[in-house]
Amino acid sequence: MTNSDSVVSVTDLRKNYGGVTGLDGVTFDIRRGETFALLGPNGAGKSTTIEILEGYRDRTSGDASVLGIDPQRGGIDWKARIGIVLQSTGESGNVTVQEQLTHFAGYYPNPRDINEVIDAVGLREKAKTRIGKLSGGQRRRVDVALGIIGRPELLFLDEPTTGFDPEARRQFWTLIDGLKADGTSILLTTHYLDEAAHLADRAAVINGGRIVDMGTISEIGGAEARVPVVRWNDGSTKREQRTHEPAALVAHLRTDLGGEPDGLEVIRPSLEDIYLNLVGASRADALTTEAALA
Amino acid sequence: MTTLTTTNGTTGTGPAQHTDTLGRAIRLGISRIGYELKVYARQGDSVFFTFLFPILMLSIFAVAFSGMGNLGAAPDGTGGISWAAYYLPGMIAAGMLLSGVQNLGVDIATEKGDGTLKRLGGSPLPVISYFIGKIGMVFLSAIVQAGLILLVARVGFNVELPTDPNKWLLFAWVFLLGVITSCVLGIALSALPRSGKSATAVVIPIVLLLQFISGVYLQFTMLPEWLQNFASVFPLKWMAQGMRAVFLPESFATLEQGGTWNLPWVAIIMGVWFVVGLLLTRMTFRWIRKDT
Repeated sequence: MTNSDSVVSVTDLRKNYGGVTGLDGVTFDIRRGETFALLGPNGAGKSTTIEILEGYRDRTSGDASVLGIDPQRGGIDWKARIGIVLQSTGESGNVTVQEQLTHFAGYYPNPRDINEVIDAVGLREKAKTRIGKLSGGQRRRVDVALGIIGRPELLFLDEPTTGFDPEARRQFWTLIDGLKADGTSILLTTHYLDEAAHLADRAAVINGGRIVDMGTISEIGGAEARVPVVRWNDGSTKREQRTHEPAALVAHLRTDLGGEPDGLEVIRPSLEDIYLNLVGASRADALTTEAALA
Repeated sequence: MTTLTTTNGTTGTGPAQHTDTLGRAIRLGISRIGYELKVYARQGDSVFFTFLFPILMLSIFAVAFSGMGNLGAAPDGTGGISWAAYYLPGMIAAGMLLSGVQNLGVDIATEKGDGTLKRLGGSPLPVISYFIGKIGMVFLSAIVQAGLILLVARVGFNVELPTDPNKWLLFAWVFLLGVITSCVLGIALSALPRSGKSATAVVIPIVLLLQFISGVYLQFTMLPEWLQNFASVFPLKWMAQGMRAVFLPESFATLEQGGTWNLPWVAIIMGVWFVVGLLLTRMTFRWIRKDT
């Protein structure tokens, strides 16, 4: 335990599968009321981390505390305080949306109003439809509804919007904004950088079982990664240069070349560019390390 | 989607107020029974293969052998019992086995495979409530099933049912012990299939084989002695024997192994399997397979 204001506190978390390292010393905290995103490519360790915190997996070493309790020993009372939206499941779905939510609401001491939750996830018209008959995106909304029905203090969202169309994703963001306003702390994993940028207060980029960077969305990758890039063609060769003063560089180019530079672009790296750079750099590091060890 | 209102919210107020009491576990277990029955009734295939199957088989055997005269009749053709009456106890025993072992063995393995158990494992549902739900569902469906088998036998095939209350008392304990034993064995067996998809392939052959060697479809005394001895290790033979003691005339006891109904052993073997099933369940049941 580090800080009484932390809902999640993880120190040097490690996980080995057989001889393979899944997590290689992950450390982070999530403060109460905060939305924290774990970003990373497939197999980076996002799901392993979240499943350890949900109590589904045991860690190999390190410390983990979720709502003040070791998730490996989380009992019924602890489970009543968290909400879990797993990666997609394939349940048979022989009950209706309303039946399922009514039944699950009964597990919790202070559940949300069922109709309110059905409206919140936009399934009013499907409330009396069997879950098995819903589309993939609609079933995902049922998963989210089941995750929040118990009024959790901490909500785990493992790739919640995979398979959503852009409109459904926007609606989902609105729902999460509502939960945040309600004071719910959220741990989110996602592939979608725009999703993390919209929802998360802070994010960590994880790759190869290690956190390669962490901070607010505007800090990730560092100031240097956000320096604009100017690209142009010099005859047949493509040139690019990073500069804090792109306008000055462009003006300079124009003078030097005696006219309009060919194929001119001024680019401010998006979160996606920064993320790809981070993941690429950590991969290159890993390769260098492997080569050095070989 | 709309946003959620913040009324009556107690988010972020420390530990939950309720405690993990037995009362809560039982209350949730009872709510699981209703939920399980709803899900079960809506699954066409399991209703057919576990619920209606013994009724169907009783009807087929009764019709197929109807031209062969009565069993155990005197040389002049009088007396004895009809084939429907002869098959009735075996089919009731088969129903007990199917409702417990086959239904739960397949059902729980499937729920393990499709993520149902993972979701429940992350919710504050006590494991005991889950089992109350499953076992309650099996008991209610098995009682209705036995009632239907008796109804079809009585009305459809004119089988005389016992009038002696002692016979019905015997029926009650053989049925209760048989179904609860089937339940725990089904739960234990659900640990065997490696995936939900292979569940029926693993469970159904075991159950079917037992029905053939335990005197459900084939007359038990027709089997070679070594096979009778082998079948006697398993509980279905004893469930069927107990049910024969309820529904067949006393004179048929001489056809049993040892020439008696041997009710103490009916109780002992089922009781032993109940304990074995309970221990196996205790050792093998997990919400999810960790670290696979």
